[in-house]
Amino acid sequence: MAYLTTHPDVVPVISSRFGKGATDIDKYIELDGYTAVRKAIEMGPDAIIAEMKASNLRGRGGAGFPTGMKWSFVPKQSEKPKYILVNGDESEPATCKDRLIFEHDPHSIIEGVIIAGLAVGAKMGFIYLRGEYRYLLKIMEKAIEDAYAKGFLGKNIFGSGIEFEAVSHTGAGAYEVGEESALMESLEGKRGIPRIRPPFPAVVGLYGGPTVINNAETLATVPHIIRMGGADYAKIGTERNGGTRLFCLSGHLEKPGVYELPMGYNLKKMIYDVGGGIPGGRKLKAVVPGGSSTPVLLPEEIDIGMDFDQVGKAGSMLGSGGVVVLDETVCMVEFALRTMKFYQHESCGWCIPCREGTDWLKKSLTRVHEGGGVDKDIDNIRYLAENMLGRTFCPLGDAAAMPTIAFVKKFREEFEDHLDGKGCPYKHSLEHEAVLA
Amino acid sequence: MATEITIFSPELAARFDKLVTLYPVRRSALVPMLLYAQDEVGYISDAVIAEVARRVGVLENDVISVLSYYSMLRTKPIGKFNVQVCTNICCMLRGGNELFEHCKRRLGIGHKGTTPDGVFSLEEVECIGACSWAPAVQVNYDFHENLTPESMDKVLDDYREKAGK
Repeated sequence: MAYLTTHPDVVPVISSRFGKGATDIDKYIELDGYTAVRKAIEMGPDAIIAEMKASNLRGRGGAGFPTGMKWSFVPKQSEKPKYILVNGDESEPATCKDRLIFEHDPHSIIEGVIIAGLAVGAKMGFIYLRGEYRYLLKIMEKAIEDAYAKGFLGKNIFGSGIEFEAVSHTGAGAYEVGEESALMESLEGKRGIPRIRPPFPAVVGLYGGPTVINNAETLATVPHIIRMGGADYAKIGTERNGGTRLFCLSGHLEKPGVYELPMGYNLKKMIYDVGGGIPGGRKLKAVVPGGSSTPVLLPEEIDIGMDFDQVGKAGSMLGSGGVVVLDETVCMVEFALRTMKFYQHESCGWCIPCREGTDWLKKSLTRVHEGGGVDKDIDNIRYLAENMLGRTFCPLGDAAAMPTIAFVKKFREEFEDHLDGKGCPYKHSLEHEAVLA
Repeated sequence: MATEITIFSPELAARFDKLVTLYPVRRSALVPMLLYAQDEVGYISDAVIAEVARRVGVLENDVISVLSYYSMLRTKPIGKFNVQVCTNICCMLRGGNELFEHCKRRLGIGHKGTTPDGVFSLEEVECIGACSWAPAVQVNYDFHENLTPESMDKVLDDYREKAGK
């Protein structure tokens, strides 16, 4: 059971129905559910997209692309059927937010998918959940079944004469599949290998048809925007960063948890006030602000607003909203190694810079951490990582390289302290055999 | 299809018959079918590969290619309860490695090992999406969160009791 944590600064939009039994369709309707989609049917495609643009909603999967703009790229006329694809393959380390939406408010995702379908003229939507989320798949399947029974999905939704079908789908364990083009491959029953772009999914996507791919949180937000109006939603956040977002606080905090906070909320406050600060009065060492792919920030860099632009200006990324707090007891080389071990494991092997790069980086980081490293290893790690950037079909290569470059740049001395047989100065119980397995 | 011999239960066979009709192409049902078949059979055996290939309408080699990509799909039997310990960054910071070591000692097996009585398998896994409630473990599909070695013992004891051993 996943749950939302409360704090006085929480602004409940996406989470407004959490814990209220909204998995039940009648309860969901009682809580203003399926009113937005009725409104959207009246509005028509252009007005829906205009509202989405006004909301300044940016993709909650990590890239932060404006949702309204993404929808507007879908051609109005298409010979092939158009599709909506919900990315619920939530796998970025430090991210556990979509889980809450699927668990507490599955109908908001269905409603969001239908509205997206109305906006771009798609008649079918797929809701892809990661394989590990089996209990959520059951909740989603039930929600879809109930929506069909009410006539909210099917050949004639809400008696409007419009057709919309929805299907839930399970993955079977693969981080790479969270990347949009690999996600489509996986849904087509293949290995999750990325496609080269262009053409972009909005033009040639799933089964060759124009496809909108949005993160689950993004689509769950859509009905709220349609109901409250784009301008009002935009007001909650900061400039060009509308609304709220589910932030997942983890690591060395007194009160880790998932909190819904306005975009632009101060990171320092998020750690020390919302998250309750660091246990045992220990000192802050570093913060990973948006999932494991995002470059690490130093304590002096965290007095920033958590929106895509401000975190970008600070040299990192807002990413998926997973904030990892590291206290002074953490060995940054070990942390970098564990991060790389993940990317090495998850690289699909399609592009050589990623497949070979992550493997060599894992080996080099292991050597440094174990004390077998020499000075040149540190430069080599950075050089290798820098040469992976932008040289792969999908961003997994970048996701592995970017944090590594930041770890070396910002904690070089700590890497040096490991060299020449000295080994890790932090007495940790990390079992290398497990890491190397 | 109905007249052919199946290794699946009637419920699962019916589920597959429906699943392949939900998508514009039958092949889209492949990954979920493999996972559901694994849930019932325990692993993806050669017989499962053959039947899934036949039902979806692809070559057995296509099935093998796909199943080798996904980390949850396995081609060998494992214990009744698969204890999957996350040691990714957020769990690591809150004792995930120690928890994994504890499970190894307690169960007397290593990564991807199975206890001789067939009750438990153990696996070190990547992020399972429980970062704010770390350290976390998934046993089959059930999440166990905010664990300590002591509460982990209780979890294992409960499963052992369920297994009746």
